[in-house]
Amino acid sequence: MVKWSDFERAAIQDIFSKIDYDVVGRAAFSRCLIVYPWTQRYFGSFGNLYNAAAITSNPKVAAHGKVIMAGLEKALTNMDDIKTTYKDLSVLHSEKLQVDPDNFNLLGDCLTIVVAGQMGAAFTPEVQGAFQKFLAVVVASLRKQYY
Amino acid sequence: KMSLSAKDKATVKAFWAKISSSGEAIGADALSRMLVVYPQTKTYFSHWKDMSPGSAPVKKHGATVMGGVAEAVAKIDDLTSGLLSLSELHAFTLRVDPANFKILSHNILVVLAIMFPTDFTPEVHVAMDKFLAAVARALSEKYR
Repeated sequence: MVKWSDFERAAIQDIFSKIDYDVVGRAAFSRCLIVYPWTQRYFGSFGNLYNAAAITSNPKVAAHGKVIMAGLEKALTNMDDIKTTYKDLSVLHSEKLQVDPDNFNLLGDCLTIVVAGQMGAAFTPEVQGAFQKFLAVVVASLRKQYY
Repeated sequence: KMSLSAKDKATVKAFWAKISSSGEAIGADALSRMLVVYPQTKTYFSHWKDMSPGSAPVKKHGATVMGGVAEAVAKIDDLTSGLLSLSELHAFTLRVDPANFKILSHNILVVLAIMFPTDFTPEVHVAMDKFLAAVARALSEKYR
């Protein structure tokens, strides 16, 4: 079981209470598709992903950004057992969506960068550490059911 | 090999022109974050009295690192030969595991997002990410 310090719990809850889910979800997912264009392989049905402008204005990208944030919200509200909370999501990503799990880290990096931009100086090194630990647990839980 | 296009180079140079006067602050903050968020990187600095964010050794070294980045921007058309002596330094003297270049690059990008929220657009983000990866590759040239 993952151990969270009081500081880490508070920092992570604080981030999620302050960020605009729609803005962050869309921005992070857009950046992932732009900065790591091979990730577009999973989104063939999304229409125009031809360039950065098309991606950032694509309504399916925005909608999927919300789906991602809803998934993170599940982890946030079950911080003491993300592994169990994510069991079905892990099976989904492995068996149905067949996503290479290394991509989870790419999206995670984009989330960190977008959240940093939103929070500004409040995103201190220690807060960054807590957030990245949260993302690492999320990623590990998503990887758990892969075989 | 993912090389820098003419557009990437132009984007990097234009962005660098905007941010270079904050080079020292960027370097200090990026290094501080690396040491806090990736504590295994502290092993390279055990000779420092103080590794805490904003400490004198961290500030000084942050400036050194960004001086290297500035040099890379100036030599963006041929990073391999331009950064030859820096590569030798990292390969033979410092022997920094190249995996750490990626870690420091990530923290530089985090700092850029914080300090330049309007200018650090997705287009600038991808160009800088590619650039820092190219710098890391050039630094790794002499390793073996």
